[in-house]
Amino acid sequence: MADDIIRIDNVTKEFAGGVKAVDSVKFDIERGEFFSLLGPSGCGKTTLLRMIAGFEFPTEGEIYIDAQPSSLIPSYRRPTNMVFQSYAIFPHLNVFDNIAYGLRKDRLSRSELNRRVHEALAMIKLQGFDRRRGDQLSGGQRQRVALARALVKRPKVLLLDEPLGALDKKLREEMQIELRQLQKAVGITFVFVTHDQEEALSMSDRIAVMFRGRVIQIAPPKALYEAPNSVEVASFIGTINLIDSTVKSIAAGEAILEAPGFGQFRATAVDGLQPGQRIVAAIRPEKLTLTDQRPQSGAFVEGRLHASAYLGDRSHHQVFVKGRNEPIFVAAQNVDRSMTSPFDPEKPVFITWDPKALILLKG
Amino acid sequence: MSRRMARVGDPGGGLWLFAIAYLLFLYVPVLFLPIFSLNDSIFVAFPLTGFTTRWYEQMLADRDMLNALSVSLRVGTVVAVAATILGLLGAKAVTRYRMPGQRAVTAMIMLPLFIPEIILGISLLILINAVSIPLSLLTVTIGHIMLCTPFAMAVMTSRLDGFDRSLEEASMDLGESPWMTFWRVTFPLALPGIVSSLLLTFIVSFDEFLLSFFLAGQELPLPVFIWSQLRFPAKLPSVLAMGALILIVSCVVVFIAEWVRQIGTTGERKVGVA
Repeated sequence: MADDIIRIDNVTKEFAGGVKAVDSVKFDIERGEFFSLLGPSGCGKTTLLRMIAGFEFPTEGEIYIDAQPSSLIPSYRRPTNMVFQSYAIFPHLNVFDNIAYGLRKDRLSRSELNRRVHEALAMIKLQGFDRRRGDQLSGGQRQRVALARALVKRPKVLLLDEPLGALDKKLREEMQIELRQLQKAVGITFVFVTHDQEEALSMSDRIAVMFRGRVIQIAPPKALYEAPNSVEVASFIGTINLIDSTVKSIAAGEAILEAPGFGQFRATAVDGLQPGQRIVAAIRPEKLTLTDQRPQSGAFVEGRLHASAYLGDRSHHQVFVKGRNEPIFVAAQNVDRSMTSPFDPEKPVFITWDPKALILLKG
Repeated sequence: MSRRMARVGDPGGGLWLFAIAYLLFLYVPVLFLPIFSLNDSIFVAFPLTGFTTRWYEQMLADRDMLNALSVSLRVGTVVAVAATILGLLGAKAVTRYRMPGQRAVTAMIMLPLFIPEIILGISLLILINAVSIPLSLLTVTIGHIMLCTPFAMAVMTSRLDGFDRSLEEASMDLGESPWMTFWRVTFPLALPGIVSSLLLTFIVSFDEFLLSFFLAGQELPLPVFIWSQLRFPAKLPSVLAMGALILIVSCVVVFIAEWVRQIGTTGERKVGVA
C-alpha cells in the first residue's frame, strides 16, 4: 500500500541460544499514525523497535521504511530517530548542542541551525535553557530535550522506547497529552513502545499487543478494549471477568451458555460456535451493576460481597458467586455523596448485565 | 548535640596516633632523599654538614645521567600512548560487545599484573633471545607496554562501564557513523580516563626497574642507570638529587591524575539515569 510508512514483513529475531525475541511478526504502520507496541516486559516489543531503528538486525524477514528495504541499513542512514528510555542526553554537551547534534552533518548555515534549534526549544517549551548542561536538567526536561533532539532531524518516523517510564505519575499524564498533541501538530509517524496499557489506550491510533515475540492483536484502542480477540489480550488490557462456560444451544444469532454459579445465560453468538463447546464469556467490571434488590427480569447472578475498594470517583467490589473460586469484579461510579456503603455484607447482592456486553473468547 | 556530632566524626585519639605513625614510617625515609641531596657532604649520614646545590650542578653536568633520563622519558611517553590506546580499545570491546571467551581474554590481559616481574623479565628475555632480536630500547618498550596495558585497561574499563551505552546509540541514531560517534561521544566522555591512564602508565614505565634491567641494551633507562651508579660513592649525591627531582615530579603527576579522575567520576554521578 502506498500509505504505509513501515512494513514489517515476517520479521524474526533470534538471539544466541535460539531464543526468538521476535517471532514471524507481520504488520504495517500507516503514515502519520500514532502506533503503539504494547506488551509485558520481555515480549519483544523493544527488540522490534530497535530493529526499526537499526540497532538490531532481523534474523529473517524484511523491514520496509517508506518502501525501502531497510533491514541491513545501519541506524545512521535511516530516516528514523529515537527517544531512548534513559533519554541518552549527552552529558558533556549543553541543551543547544544536544539538540543541534544531529544537524551538524547537514551543513546548515549558522543562522539556519540557530533557527531550527530555537524552534525546537520553543516546541518543547524550554526557551532559555539552551546553555544548561544535560546533568542540570530534571527528568521531565531531559525527556523533552530527547524529544526535540530527535524531532529536529525531521524524521519520517519517530521511535519512542518507554519514554515516560521514568517520570512520576502526574508528569507522565501531562506528557501523554503533550506528546499526543505534538504528534498531531508535526504529523510525523510515532512508534511508541510501552508496557502500560492505559498509556497505550489514551495515546494511540492503533495498538499492537505482543506476547512472547508474537503480535496477538492489532486494533484501535476501543476495539482492543471492547473486542479483544483472545483471553490473553482481554486480561492484559484492563481488568476483565472470565467465566468458563459451555455452549448449550444457538438460535437466531444468540447463544445460550451455562457456567457454574451462573446457570444458563444469553450472549451474542460468534462465528463457528458449536453446541457443547467450551468457551470463555468475558465481561468488563464496569459493564456489571451491583444491587441489593433481587432483579425481576434480565440477566443476573446472586453472590456475596467479599471486599470493596473505595477509589474516590469509583469503587471496586469483589463478589463471590457460589460454585466459582475467583471473585467477580464489579466497578461502580460513585455518583452520589453517600458516606456509607449501600451494601450489607450479611445480605446477598445481585450482579446484573446487558447480554450484549459479554465477549465470547475461545479459551 | 555537638558532643554527639564529635563522637560520630572523630575517630578518637588512638587512631590518630596510628595514622600519624603510619605516615611517618611511610614518608620519612623518602624525605631523606631531598634532604641529603642538599647536604654538603659526599657521605649520606647524619649530622648534616651544610647546605649546597652542587649535587644538582653535578647532576646537570653528567651527560650519561641526563641521557638515561631522556631514555626513560622517551620510553615512558611511547609506552603510555601505546598502552592507553590498547587499553581503550580493549575496554571498549569488553564493555560494548559480548563475545565467546571474553572472561578468559580479559583475565589474560590482566595477568601481567599478577605475575612476579622477575619471572616476566626472565621469560621475555628468553623469548627475545630465542627470536634473536638484539636488546635495545625497542625491547624495553615492548616489555613496558605489556606491563602497562593492564593498568590502562583497568582504568578505561571502569570509565567506559560508567556511562550509558545508549549515548553511543543515540549518536548513531542522529546520523553519525561509528567513527564520528567515537570522536563526538565516546572520546570526550572517556577523556578523563584517558588522561589518568596516560599519566599512570607513564609513571609505571618510568619507575620500572626489573623489566628494564633484563631487556635493556646499550642505552639504559634511568632506574637501571642509577642502580649501576651506586657502585661509585662519589656519584651518590647527584643520584640523590635526581631522585629528589623525580620524586617531586612523580607526586605532582599522581596528584594531577587523581584529580582528573575525580572530575570525571563526580561528573558521572550527576549524570546518572533518573
